[in-house]
Parts: sequence; structure tokens; C-alpha cells
Amino acid sequence: MNSLLQDDIILDCRAEKIFYSDFLAVRDSHVPIRKNQITGFIGPSGCGKSTVLRSINRMNDLIRGFKFFGSVQFHSMDIYDKKVDPVAVRRNIGMVFQQPNPFAMSIYENVAFGLRLNRFKGNMDEQVEKALRGGALWDEVKDKLKKSGLSLSGGQQQRLCIARAIATGPQVLLMDEPCSALDPIATRQIEELMLQLKERFTVCIVTHNMQQAQRVADQTAFFSVDISVGGRTGYLVEMGATKELFSNPQEQLTKEYLHGDFS
Amino acid sequence: MNETKNNLLQLPNLERHPFEPRALKSILLSTITVICAILACVPLFSVLVMLIYRGGSRINLELFTALPPTAFQFDGGGISNAIIGTLFMVGIAALITIPFGVLAAIYLAEFGPYSKIATIARFSAKTMSGLPSIIAGVFAYAIMVITMGSYSAWAGGVALAVLMLPTILLTAEETIKMVPKRMKEAAFGMGCTPSQSMTKVVLPMALPGIITGVVLAVARAAGETAPLLFTAIFSEYALEPNDPTASLAVLIYNYSNSTSENQLELAWAASLVLVVLVFILNMVSRWIGSRTRK
Repeated sequence: MNSLLQDDIILDCRAEKIFYSDFLAVRDSHVPIRKNQITGFIGPSGCGKSTVLRSINRMNDLIRGFKFFGSVQFHSMDIYDKKVDPVAVRRNIGMVFQQPNPFAMSIYENVAFGLRLNRFKGNMDEQVEKALRGGALWDEVKDKLKKSGLSLSGGQQQRLCIARAIATGPQVLLMDEPCSALDPIATRQIEELMLQLKERFTVCIVTHNMQQAQRVADQTAFFSVDISVGGRTGYLVEMGATKELFSNPQEQLTKEYLHGDFS
Repeated sequence: MNETKNNLLQLPNLERHPFEPRALKSILLSTITVICAILACVPLFSVLVMLIYRGGSRINLELFTALPPTAFQFDGGGISNAIIGTLFMVGIAALITIPFGVLAAIYLAEFGPYSKIATIARFSAKTMSGLPSIIAGVFAYAIMVITMGSYSAWAGGVALAVLMLPTILLTAEETIKMVPKRMKEAAFGMGCTPSQSMTKVVLPMALPGIITGVVLAVARAAGETAPLLFTAIFSEYALEPNDPTASLAVLIYNYSNSTSENQLELAWAASLVLVVLVFILNMVSRWIGSRTRK
């Protein structure tokens, strides 16, 4: 890797082996994530792209039998170091999920939730408004902040979840197929939002939609499934600048997948 | 080839044939199910009608305010001490079992669902929920009445608590587990500790279900007789928690054998009060349950 760009790397994820109990889910995947860029994770189902994404903020700790071998270097710390508190990791690396999952409370409280967790002492109203503007939702909800977050449409709920995640000012935002439950219009809004977000945050997005990766991602990581040794183990095939990867893939497997010849 | 083509073009027969054997069988079977459904309503309604018929005449202010009459008092008297006694003992049982049961359920559902303790606790709760209520009475007799040297409301409360605990624990565990996984993920993704996720996100969502379980357990306990026979027995005087205590269930049991017409009438009236109480509790639990769906 070019040493000049090394400084840009905010998160260096080296997933040597990820197990769910005895099942080897992911192997040999080195995914460097660059600051203020959008990194797309693409690949067929079961290729481990979500598993890798969720390993970055230790969400997988909640899954029984999860074991991670490797390291995720975030600033000068390995987030899998024994000294690291996974709760603190998740407060700095926010997450948006496939299914919009606002809490069963008001729009305002959804956004204030993380701020209250962090014992935020400043002007709460101001901070909530800022986050909702950041989530491109303010204009639609400013007159009904007291209404339940669940009363919004799917796309609005997802933007509320984004606003909730960015309210506490995380450095990295992980998005696990954030548009797969949304219609094309809502999808487009989220994509536009992501392009705005990368000015302030570093974004990683798992997507099944290759056009989406092309539209938003600066870097793209292509994962595939290795069924040669009996299991279904995911691994990183190649990673690079999105334009480069799509126009000139280095690996045969990538070429086949991008052309839709993948079996 | 040609033949099948013709068949396809032929208009299919769509007419109704109500007297075909197939149609008759269908009518017969659906009629039987309707009859069975109606029969299922009969026990509750006939009990209610009988109670209102036999006990309704004594439903007045005196019933709720006066103490029971003696065997030689030919009219008047009430069941106030039994109503208060039942509420008091059920209240003690609820105070014991709600914190206990809900906290244990949180552990079973969230913190150690696969641990050995959880497995054992779940198994014993399931076994206990089928426990004959008289055993709960004997148990409370042994640990409370014998050691304290007297029948008491406290002992009655403990006996009811033994009966209520498994219901509360198991329903609370189920409702906590039913909170969608994505809500827990959202909480953890925001940087909640496990206990913050529980108190701020999971418990508020599970609360209506937990309350439903509690109300159903209370409703069941309110009507229990056997555990109270060994622990609180009965009293004709006002509530004194350290002494034998009256309850609706035991009052019904005692007075239904009485030779005094007055006491017999009170037994009917008490039955009606008890059934209405249980009915109201069930309505409350259904009402709370229906509010969850929003």
C-alpha cells in the first residue's frame, strides 16, 4: 500500500479468522478504512461482509459463540484489546441497521437518547435539531418532534436512525444494508445523505446493490464465499478505489460477479 | 392436443350445488363447531347467572362494610374483613413476587439465558406452575405458621407468593424475549451497557406484557382456597396481620357448609364478589395487553 495514504486510514480491520462457534465465517480479510470516505462492502450472500462490518464496532459480541482473531486498529488502539470497553467502542463507531429500528419513543427522544447516555450537558434542543438536520429529516419532522418515531415512514425512520447515530458525534458510521428495506425514492435520499455525511464522518456501507456501491462508495471491498473446504467461509477477494474496481477488476472472481456471471 | 385445447375453452361449471354430499358434510361439520363454541360459553354464564340469582340480593353497602355475622345472627352482616384479607394477602404476595420474579426473568431472558442457573430456574418454575396449590399451603404452614406459632396473613401471603412466582417469572421472561432483536441491537449500537439497554429500551417495551402476567397471577391467587386453609384460616374479626385472617375463598368454603341461612347467603354473595373481582382483573390484563400492540 502507498505509504503516503497510510495516514488517511482511520480504521484498519484485519479479520484473520472470525468464528461463530465452530463455524469459520470469515478468513483473511484485511480492510483498511479511509477517513472521510465511503467504503462499500459488496459480495454475494453469506460472504461475510456484514460479519466483518459488525466486527468493527464489536456488535458481534452479542452473538453467542462469536470469536474474532485479528485486529481492528482504531487510532492507536486495537478495539479487540482486553483493555478496551466494547460499550465505549460503540459510542465512537455508530451503526445503522438493515431494518429501521427507532425506539418506541418520540422523534426528539430518539435523537436525544445517545446524548443522554453520554450525559450531554449542553443545549439539548439545539443538538437534536443539528442531528436531525444532519440526517436530512429536520424539515419533515420539526413540527412533530413529540410524535412517536414509529409513526414515520420507513425512509424517514431510517433517516431518524442516522440522525440518532450521528447525534453523539461518532467518528465512523457503519451501515448494514441501510436501504434494503426502502423504496427507490427513500433509497436515493439516503444515498444523497451519505454523500453529505462523509464530509464529517467516515462511512462504511454493506450493500447488495452494486449500482449503489458505484454511486456512493469511494472504496469498494469485494467479498466472496469459499466453499472449497466444505464450509462456507467468506473472504476478501479484492479492494480498491470503486471506479478502478468496477472498470478494471484484478481478480477473475470479481470480474464474473460484476458481470453477473456468478453462479 | 386438439382435445385439451377444446377442454380449456369449455366454460367450467361454477354453479353452487347445496345438496351435494360434499356441501352437506361441510354444513354439518361447521354446525357442530358452532354448537361446541356455544357450549363452551355455558359454564361461565351459568355460574354467573346462578351467583347473581343466589348472591345478588345481598350485594349492598353492608356487605362491603360489616363484619361477618355469628351463627346465631339471622340477618345482616357483611364480608368486609374477607375482602380486605384477600386484598391484603394478595398484596403481600405481589410485593414479594413482582420484584423477585421480574428481576429473575431479566436474568433468564437476557443476561444468562443458557447458564446452568437459568436452566434450573426455568425448569423449576415450569414444574412449580403445575404445583397443586395445597402443597404451597403445606409449605407455608411449615416455614411460617410453625415457626411463628400462629396462623397469620403473612403466612397466607407467602403461600400465595409461592403460587404466583412461576407465572410471573415465566410470562415476564417470555415478554422480554419477545422484544424484537433489532431494538436491542439499536440500544447496543448506541453504546448502551447491557443494563442500560434493559432499563431504557427493553423493559419499557415489555412492561405491558409483564403487567398482564402479574394481573393474571393475582387473579388466580385471589381465588385460591387450599393454601389459605393451612396458613391464614379464617377470622370473624377485622384484619390483624399477625393473627388468623379471613379471605373470600375461605369464607365461601366455611359458610357454604353452614346451617345458618344468613351465612349461606353471604357465601353466595362472597362468591359473586370473588368472581367479579377475577373478571375485572382479567379485563384489566386484556386491556393492558391490547395497548402493547400500538
